[in-house]
Amino acid sequence: MPLSRGLHVKGLSKLPVALGQVLDEIPLGVMVLGKDRRVMLVNRALEAMTGFLVQEASGIPCHYLLRGNLCCHGCQIKDVEETRRQFCSEANIINKNRQKIPVRLTISPIFDENGELAAFLESVEDTRSQEAPYDDSAESFLSGKLVGVSQEMRRVFKIIPVIAQTDSSVLITGQTGTGKDAVAEAIHHASGRAKGPFIKINCGALPEALLESELFGHQKGAFTGAVENKPGRFRLAHNGTVYLTEIGDLPLSLQVKLLSFLDDKVVYPLGSTKGYSVDVRVIAATHRNLERMVREGSFREDLLFRLNVIRLHLPPLVHRHEDMKMLKAHFLQTYNSRFSKNIAGFSEAAGQVLLSYPFPGNVRELRNIVEYAVNVCDGNQIRPDHLPAYIVEHVPNDHVNDLTENGSSQVQSTIRSDPGEIRWADAERKMIMDTMLKCQGRKHDAAKILGYCRSTLWRKMKKYGMID
Amino acid sequence: MKKVHRKSPVKDVNESPANSTRVLIPLLGDDIAPRFDLAPEAVIASVDPKRRVTVEKSIVLSHASAEALCRLIMTEKIDMVVCCAIEEEYYQYLVWKKVKVVDSVMGPYSKVLERLENGTIADGEVLLDRKE
Repeated sequence: MPLSRGLHVKGLSKLPVALGQVLDEIPLGVMVLGKDRRVMLVNRALEAMTGFLVQEASGIPCHYLLRGNLCCHGCQIKDVEETRRQFCSEANIINKNRQKIPVRLTISPIFDENGELAAFLESVEDTRSQEAPYDDSAESFLSGKLVGVSQEMRRVFKIIPVIAQTDSSVLITGQTGTGKDAVAEAIHHASGRAKGPFIKINCGALPEALLESELFGHQKGAFTGAVENKPGRFRLAHNGTVYLTEIGDLPLSLQVKLLSFLDDKVVYPLGSTKGYSVDVRVIAATHRNLERMVREGSFREDLLFRLNVIRLHLPPLVHRHEDMKMLKAHFLQTYNSRFSKNIAGFSEAAGQVLLSYPFPGNVRELRNIVEYAVNVCDGNQIRPDHLPAYIVEHVPNDHVNDLTENGSSQVQSTIRSDPGEIRWADAERKMIMDTMLKCQGRKHDAAKILGYCRSTLWRKMKKYGMID
Repeated sequence: MKKVHRKSPVKDVNESPANSTRVLIPLLGDDIAPRFDLAPEAVIASVDPKRRVTVEKSIVLSHASAEALCRLIMTEKIDMVVCCAIEEEYYQYLVWKKVKVVDSVMGPYSKVLERLENGTIADGEVLLDRKE
């Protein structure tokens, strides 16, 4: 039996009250450690923050639960033990989802009736909302993880604090890589729930049976392998925000259950008849066209109505020309400092190549391209030959030949001229075709230029019907 | 970076056979470091096709950082990393570089070597005795 189950508070009522139940109501991560610095109890807020349930954490040394920067260099518990006084410090932790979270740690000694040290109480406050205060100015160009000066992005920056003030469901739409996750996080941090947990669930990442247990939890014995009660993400997000990404991939059976939850805000774990009332805000996002999915019968119309209370559409990068320069400079600065490089900027020719590229992967793809270029660049300026081959190959050959370092050529991509029609599959097919033509049909050479192995090129060519 | 001799539960060798899997474990003392990016030491072991594990070397990192460790993983041609907490971007970077990452593993590194011998190492393994 986990030690945590035996911890009770006496004197509050006729019968002892479970300490875990008391700590669960505190909207701050709290854990109780024994004198040997092993975890005795973890509250619900800390479970949500670290991703470890109390059953998993019970009995292990605290540094394996918290995984903080102070755990490796300068554990503060020693000082607390010696001075017998409370200790507070700024730190950061890495949770089970591999996310680094800035926190404020407070460690207090707990003494027994004889004044002997009995245990430690450690509180962990998520300070993300305080570290990146949301700038609600309409002129803002950098907000948390969002960067932009274009009219479209200014509109987004302006509306986020307004959305944050309400508690209604939000549906964020936009192509992949446009920053849906960043916007969801920004809404959470600007809202009154900022101190509560922000739980992200990818509806497309897990099979149906696992997803149901992950979202709503399960009762011990509900199915083979359910050896413990599991609270589920909705219960862990109590007083916070649940962010359902790829909502378009949610199976129909779970759409019904989510619908019922959105109606009465009560969670029924798998195999349990008892419901748990939770207070969470739901933000959903998808790159799919939900209206079309409703017409096709793969998405419930009533769920769409419930999620679509506030809708926020993020523009693709091709519609944000003004942001391109700033995004390039932002990512260049980021990777310069990360890889200890001193690259001044992009040559005019490299800038033209980037401008002519349609960026089907949007800002994420631009970030990856800049990361690649910073890694490859050996001088102080990024030139076209430092960019991934598929981007340069994408530019029509006659324009590539015309490109000079003074960038006199104005590269105009045929794809760019009609951004509404862009599909990655079309772009990739064209890229392969152009490379094959350039290599006069030699697959080995084409694969080398494209950065694929020969079998990948063969597979892609087969997929696009370029070979029998 | 300085190579140091570490007392190992299995015999030390200088070179691993060409077809063996090279495993890096970031350490804090004799335990897996709670954080990949802050590990002051790392041990490199190799597992041959018959699952015999040999510790090749221990490395003291003069400056603990995730970047330095990633560079070391690339230069040492590591196939697998067994660690505790690792940030998503370094995890994705290593996966992209075709390095298998087994994370959220807790406990002494000697137990990791035993698991490598058994071929049963997995994400989230708690290889230490819980005190209940």
